[in-house]
Amino acid sequence: MKARVFVTLKPGVLDPQGKAIHHALTGLGFEGVDDVRAGRMIELELADGTSDDDIDAMCRKLLANTVIENYRIEAV
Amino acid sequence: MKAAVVQFPGSNCDRDMFVAVRDACGADTQFVWHGDTDLPGGLDLIAIPGGFSYGDYLRSGAMAARSPVMQAVVKAAARGVPVLGVCNGFQILTEAGLLPGALMRNSGIDFICRDALLTVENADTPFTRGYAAGDRITIPVAHHDGNYFADDDTLDRLEGEGRVAFRYTDNVNGSVRGIAGIVNEGGNVLGMMPHPERAIVPLHGGTDGRALFACLARTLA
Repeated sequence: MKARVFVTLKPGVLDPQGKAIHHALTGLGFEGVDDVRAGRMIELELADGTSDDDIDAMCRKLLANTVIENYRIEAV
Repeated sequence: MKAAVVQFPGSNCDRDMFVAVRDACGADTQFVWHGDTDLPGGLDLIAIPGGFSYGDYLRSGAMAARSPVMQAVVKAAARGVPVLGVCNGFQILTEAGLLPGALMRNSGIDFICRDALLTVENADTPFTRGYAAGDRITIPVAHHDGNYFADDDTLDRLEGEGRVAFRYTDNVNGSVRGIAGIVNEGGNVLGMMPHPERAIVPLHGGTDGRALFACLARTLA
């Protein structure tokens, strides 16, 4: 089984990389972009039967830093 | 006095830290490898040096914080052993949960390598008694992820408990409230982005970092 974990900065946490991407998009002439937030997607190949709790623990213990980041798990 | 400097794959300030601890603290100093599960007995100081442990993969300090040796460092810190984390060491200490908050990408995106002017906020910790509160000291910074962040409640608690040790006089990296270094609740764990071990002897271009190590020697001797 596969799962994807999407790690994103919490709302309100400044995202300098998102701001730089936004700036570059504007520089390329894309005017309609109001804001950009950058995150990270992690794909996990898992043994069948890995529980949601286990995946959640992986996120809390390593994949996301919950001080600044939120995460969302998507089964594939 | 006995001290250990922890080395991770990708540490690059480990030898500077070793020399600072050995010469400015006068400590019997040894390196400890990240894969070690035990620390040497009777340590008076553990130093987590700067660098790019594990290539900064995932997040700066994230992998190092989960390495075997850090479990032993966390236990030693809980017993009251002084722990000093500089730069990547500060990132590792926050990732390991020994200090609150997180170090994010510098607000200006750029890697910053320059002298920074700091204000000593709390001169009553084992690490800062060689200074006076309000002292202005010049210490080099060299980091990409030094932008300190914590939520307002955490920040208010840090400020209220006098746990902000150093603040940037000119906020170089966008850190909330200009925070450059903090201590834990017990005062025995200090994390800071600037590099005091790079300001020890005149050849470094400044010696303002020396008092941090020298006062540890007096406090812990």
